[in-house]
Amino acid sequence: MFNQAFAGTTPLQGSDIAVQWDSLYNFLVWLSIFFFVLVVGGMIYFVFAYRHHPGKKTQYITGSHFLEAIWIAVPTLLLLGIFTWGYSVYHSMTQAPSDAYEIRAIGKQWLWTFQYDNGRTTVGEAYVPLNRPVKLIMTSEDVLHSFFIPNFRIKQDVVPGMYSSVWFTATVPGKHQVFCAEYCGTSHSGMLAKIIALNDEQWEAWNNHKKLGAIPEAGSDFSSSSSDLSASRVVAQVSLAEQGRAVYETKGCLACHSVDGTQKVGPTHKGLFGSSVEMADGKVLIADENYIRTHIENPQKNTVKGFNPVMPTFKGLINETEMNALIAYIKSLK
Amino acid sequence: MANSSATAHTGNHYLNHSKGLMSWLTTLDHKRIGVMYLFSVLTFFLMGGVFALLIRMELFKWGGHNLLEANTYNKLFTYHGAIMVFLVVIPSIPAALGNFILPLMLGAKDVAFPRLNLASYYIFMTGACFAVLALFMRGADTGWTFYTPYSIRTNTTVILVLFGAFIAGFSSILTGLNFIVTIHKLRAPGLTWDRLPLFCWALYATSIIQVLATPVLAITLALLCMERIFQIGIFDPKLGGDPVLFQHFFWFYSHPAVYIMILPAMGVISEVIPVFSRKPIFGYKAIAYSSFGIALIAFIVWGHHMFVSGQSEFANFIFSLLTMFVAVPTGVKTFSWLATMYRGSLHFNAPMLYALGFLELFTIGGLTGIFLATLAIDVHLTDTYFVVAHFHYVMVGGTLMGLMAGLHYWFPKMVGKMYPEKPALIAFWLIMIGFNITFFPQFILGAQGMPRRYWSYLPEFTLLNRISTVGSWLIGIGFFYTAHYLAKAMRKGEKAVANPWNALTLEWQTSSPPPHENFIETPVVTSWPYEYLPENTTMPVNA
Ligand code: HEC
Ligand SMILES: [Cu+2]
Ligand SMILES: [Cu+2]
Repeated sequence: MFNQAFAGTTPLQGSDIAVQWDSLYNFLVWLSIFFFVLVVGGMIYFVFAYRHHPGKKTQYITGSHFLEAIWIAVPTLLLLGIFTWGYSVYHSMTQAPSDAYEIRAIGKQWLWTFQYDNGRTTVGEAYVPLNRPVKLIMTSEDVLHSFFIPNFRIKQDVVPGMYSSVWFTATVPGKHQVFCAEYCGTSHSGMLAKIIALNDEQWEAWNNHKKLGAIPEAGSDFSSSSSDLSASRVVAQVSLAEQGRAVYETKGCLACHSVDGTQKVGPTHKGLFGSSVEMADGKVLIADENYIRTHIENPQKNTVKGFNPVMPTFKGLINETEMNALIAYIKSLK
Repeated sequence: MANSSATAHTGNHYLNHSKGLMSWLTTLDHKRIGVMYLFSVLTFFLMGGVFALLIRMELFKWGGHNLLEANTYNKLFTYHGAIMVFLVVIPSIPAALGNFILPLMLGAKDVAFPRLNLASYYIFMTGACFAVLALFMRGADTGWTFYTPYSIRTNTTVILVLFGAFIAGFSSILTGLNFIVTIHKLRAPGLTWDRLPLFCWALYATSIIQVLATPVLAITLALLCMERIFQIGIFDPKLGGDPVLFQHFFWFYSHPAVYIMILPAMGVISEVIPVFSRKPIFGYKAIAYSSFGIALIAFIVWGHHMFVSGQSEFANFIFSLLTMFVAVPTGVKTFSWLATMYRGSLHFNAPMLYALGFLELFTIGGLTGIFLATLAIDVHLTDTYFVVAHFHYVMVGGTLMGLMAGLHYWFPKMVGKMYPEKPALIAFWLIMIGFNITFFPQFILGAQGMPRRYWSYLPEFTLLNRISTVGSWLIGIGFFYTAHYLAKAMRKGEKAVANPWNALTLEWQTSSPPPHENFIETPVVTSWPYEYLPENTTMPVNA
């Protein structure tokens, strides 16, 4: 009962994190009510109890170290507790499982585009499997945006020139609202999208480019909606990594890099992704999305140890969709 | 704190000391400068307030329609925020009330550098002119936070607003400097540090933040201007810059600025509550030190605005932890005010009503601040209406309530007339009720997920938005009514005695309004300013 008291003030619980979030939130609401009653209730009581009347006398009190110690110590301990609880939930929000299904999202005034490993691209709707961790790797083509899914209680700013990520496990099927939460100009409030959480059958169908029936909002009655998995095939698409190979070849990366382990002017990209790379100045970096992106756009920033800084910059020559494909390709070179 | 001449003489005071517009515009008298600030700030408050009412009008979604275009709406909330922050809330208590009251409270003839003080006023007005000028050109649509790279790309005249805020910042720095020196050098004989009124302590702490933090704002805004004009490539990712760096710079100033806004209000409350409770302040030292505690922590928590900006998890950990500690000195003050009322003899004149209003609103503002300091909770709530509600409870509920308390408290001193108690009571309730109706629903809207700075919204948010808009009308009526009865009181109000509240601080030991030179004879202080003995429970004026 205590845990449900404020359910109306929060959105549907669409993920595991949402459940954890709500417990902490409920705790904080109760705690606030307690302190509000203590302070404002006390104040109202004093207003009636100590109202002035002729001949009234006051008591000369200037302080009490005992009381001060209490109202320093008790809040301090409580706050440390709240901090710890808040951090532990936050920590689970940031640690994406390594087997998470990855989707690349691009924010742009004022729509969201999603790219999948299977080569599909969707706009305004992200299709995700139910009950399986999903990680969004996001960037922006223009200004700041923020990817906010209230049902999952998560939000992450999307920054041009770099990747940020967010992950969730949807536990409720259907459509979940997405908002842009960082002001981005005229149609900021129209920069909406939906996360569409599909059950196994639908997910399977979607991956095989089959048409899906109408998907209802998350939390609404599902029994009525028949997921009509008609057999009509959408044009088969090449995977994201395959698209990336095309970019890799047309942009001339092969002139200096190999994908099979042989050394050229530059290091091979075989097995690069996820490895630790030593730089000329001795620091060691993990080759993740941001590392590769920075190296392509700004090769002078860091130079791999043992090589000459001859790589030209590709800034402005590769757009965000191509960049996502390119990275997916390099990532596939195991 | 007596033993000063009660300057019983009548006739000559600072208002009729010299006449004509020029005598005001070139005055070096801190009291007149304070009054000029007050009128300027109230004018900007009117502007910012009208913008707020328009914003709420749009969000009412009359019959599901829009009154304003998206771009107009975006400019309105930008203007509302920028004006309220830079031209109203920051200068309101320190520059307006502080200028008037601080030297009087210290028993001084003026601030340490009267010329600089006048210069500060003109610098402030120059900055304000630039910002307002932009209104008549292409406006600005970045939000008051000017986040990059949007603020670099937008084709609105954001540069004028930046320039205006940049210039106004210098006024803030110079005023802070002036106050620090004044407090150090111009205290009346006997006014030792441990007898310094808490309002002065609060202004002292505020001034330190103004002097140390405002230059960072100036640098930030200057860099942003340069980025727009010369494309130097510091914030724009297209030029190899880092947009998130701007947020660090911006909040390094703007978080401490939050305390520039709230500390002086806390100072006012610390004066009003003992006077109207007829009791010594509870925990004088704790209240004075907690101002410095808050000022110190203020400098190391800016990152709590950036929990979802992409900042590292470790940074988030530290900033969340440090932010929690802000609540401790804040709690100390709140409990001390409450304890001051205990076994007092409470008078409910308007200043006290606003002090009580402050306690209610500030408690809600403070408690919801803990939500936002809590890492996981902030991830969902940041950039939603929850944040909007939170900072309005703190800024309006705190600073504006403090300003209203101070305005009514010192009104008799400033104009030599009494404000009428009954209309003040009505306006107080209109503002209080209106405020809670406007902003409480916004906590729920935010928790439900409605992002801020949204011109349109999903249908499920309609009801709460409409309730909020109705509340804004009550606030509006309350403030217009206040303007009306105060204006009337200025002309026709009952004459005020020197010390209508029977208060002990020095400003009440001289006539109302004070003479040009503040005190005919320099007062000598013999006790602390909260020496309210048990029998001393009456005031010349009753509610
Ligand atoms: C003119 C030769 C040249 C071309 C063309 C070139 N690179 Fe490079 N690249 C280098 C060299 C040399 C290095 C190692 C020195 C350094 O770190 O800059 C390197 C390093 C890299 C690294 C870091 C590798 C590691 O092992 O850590 C990445 C990633 C990379 N290049 C990607 C690309 C991509 C993608 C392209 C095509 C769009 C490309 N490069 C085109 C010469 C080139
Ligand atoms: Cu946006
Ligand atoms: Cu802050």
